Amino acid sequence: MTQTIDRREFLKLAGLGGAVFVSGLTGCAAMGGAKEEDFYFVQLSDTHWGFQGPALNPDAGGTLHKAVAAVNALSVEPDFIMFTGDLTHTTDDPAERRRRLAEFRSIVSGLKNKNVRFIPGEHDAALDNGQAWKEAFGASTYSFDHKGVHFIALDNVSDRAAQLGAEQLAWLKSDLASQSTDARIVVFTHRPLFDLYPQWDWATRDGAQAIELLTPYRNVTVFYGHIHQENHHMTGHIAHHSAKSLIFALPAPGSLPKRVPVAWDAAQPYKGLGFREVDAEVQKAAYELTELPVVKA
Amino acid sequence: MTQQRRRLLAAALAAAAGAAFCARAFAQERVIRVTARKFEFLPNDIELRKGEAVVLEFTGTDVLMGFSLPDFKLRTDIVPGEVTRLRFAPDRAGSFDFVCDNFCGEFHEDMAGKIRVTA
Repeated sequence: MTQTIDRREFLKLAGLGGAVFVSGLTGCAAMGGAKEEDFYFVQLSDTHWGFQGPALNPDAGGTLHKAVAAVNALSVEPDFIMFTGDLTHTTDDPAERRRRLAEFRSIVSGLKNKNVRFIPGEHDAALDNGQAWKEAFGASTYSFDHKGVHFIALDNVSDRAAQLGAEQLAWLKSDLASQSTDARIVVFTHRPLFDLYPQWDWATRDGAQAIELLTPYRNVTVFYGHIHQENHHMTGHIAHHSAKSLIFALPAPGSLPKRVPVAWDAAQPYKGLGFREVDAEVQKAAYELTELPVVKA
Repeated sequence: MTQQRRRLLAAALAAAAGAAFCARAFAQERVIRVTARKFEFLPNDIELRKGEAVVLEFTGTDVLMGFSLPDFKLRTDIVPGEVTRLRFAPDRAGSFDFVCDNFCGEFHEDMAGKIRVTA
């Protein structure tokens, strides 16, 4: 892609951001004749609309607006935008939950790019099994194809036990069955599918079963949220990338005795917050050359 | 008595004997009562001795919660109004985190504690 460098914008809001590359080999994973070409999308996560806590984020009511403005200011428009859950901060009040979801939806309607997709986090969905979230955003498990990449959105939060469940795992198996083993596959979840740090509840109870289903596929990348920081991890050949939050940061897994949120730093406002762009690049065929003499010395 | 009824009676007697055995086994072990309520475990700091078999006895008071001790792959649901027991004999010393692993509300993330096992 000729514009790759030009459009690598980083978050103006915080001066921080991240780019992740998802690559595949040319000629692989041609799905239904879909044309493969480079593109990029944006991942935002854990906006927790409705959260109040000045010690953690005195601009809780403004950060999401700033993020929307920052995405709109990207010099090249992304192909689509994905929010990976915890759109809202949880509440026991069903009416308040719906109000927060509606407010969030209204704010992100300000994104110039209208190809916006969502999955829930447990703060949105766990207390009512995803009912209010689905009223606002529709299905929480789905897949779609884009420029030669197969995208799968999974819901590991609507069940308050933080599991995908047998029905969704069966759906995943069925969805994957239509893909070749060299297909380029991207999975979105809220929680990590692997046991990142279950001592802080950073896991999916039956996530290993999803990874087992994905493992036969050679080009799989998972993007998730939940832990309010970047983390990059491999389970075999499958890469897992967590995203920063847009409300407050959390400490590195197991780095503190307790999972206490990182306090707001007035000297460096918005530190640790951000979003990412993901460049999906079709790699050109690569050849490794080894020159040999006629006679070995 | 039909053969089927005999089988049922035998199964019931076996279950009763098993329950009695469990009760005896539990009776010999220290029972640690833990209450789970929004949004804390009481107590949330539990001291045990390595090799000591104990019974963790959970009671929930408001919503469905969970107890998960990942380092020992030990977990259970805590259902309001029910008593749940887990037998536990730590085989190593150290400090181990436990958490609620059923999302229970706004301060779910605060529901955590430690089990400290001394050698």
